[in-house]
Amino acid sequence: MPRRRRLRKVIAPPGFKGYKPYGANHSKNEFIELLYEEYEAIKLSDYDFMNHETAAKVMGISRPTFARIYESARRKIAKAMVEVKEIRTVYGNALLDKNWYECHVCNARFTIPKTQNKHCCAMCSSININLLKNDI
Amino acid sequence: MKTIITSSGNITTAVFDKRFGRAAWFCIYDEQTGEAEFIENVNLNASNGAGTKAAEKAIELNVKKIISGDFGPKAKELLDKFEIQMVILQDDNLTIENIIKKLKN
Repeated sequence: MPRRRRLRKVIAPPGFKGYKPYGANHSKNEFIELLYEEYEAIKLSDYDFMNHETAAKVMGISRPTFARIYESARRKIAKAMVEVKEIRTVYGNALLDKNWYECHVCNARFTIPKTQNKHCCAMCSSININLLKNDI
Repeated sequence: MKTIITSSGNITTAVFDKRFGRAAWFCIYDEQTGEAEFIENVNLNASNGAGTKAAEKAIELNVKKIISGDFGPKAKELLDKFEIQMVILQDDNLTIENIIKKLKN
């Protein structure tokens, strides 16, 4: 049995659902799935200029694992550009640091622990809620 | 299921306190019996670690939900670990009574 995959810490999920090429000669409906942890790896090393060692610590994984995720992210982006494919972000094996929700009815902000299976507002039980993107 | 509501006084007409670790009182509301009980926050004037101590108290009391105005990073981490639901309300003028009424609906 392979070793269980550790969850990778992701500080904030990407602020977009994907990227689409425009002005392409032949529009294809194919897409490439970029995992949240791959987006985070690109962000930490190429946007925040961290070295792999510190970035790996931030994500709670080993340096070789970080390097593998980073390489896979770069290859996926290159592939999407060369083969004119759409990029879509998918959850992957991420562990979001902040999973806060906001209710649209009573404006309460709350967390939903894993032990709770109800996906509704903690105050008014409304189901009109959504995940907050940034840290509050 | 028990819920903690941070309060500025020990009666249900008291105004809700937006601080978590340094709230004057904690109102423990039991959803099954509908009873509200008040306990004083002993760490109100602690120089540090008030949030952590309040979170530990909540864990000890086996509370499942906490309603407050904000949570510090240490309290957040601890409450997350023990899977206690955190609720942040922005409205200052709410009383404990108002909040309990909302929870009942």
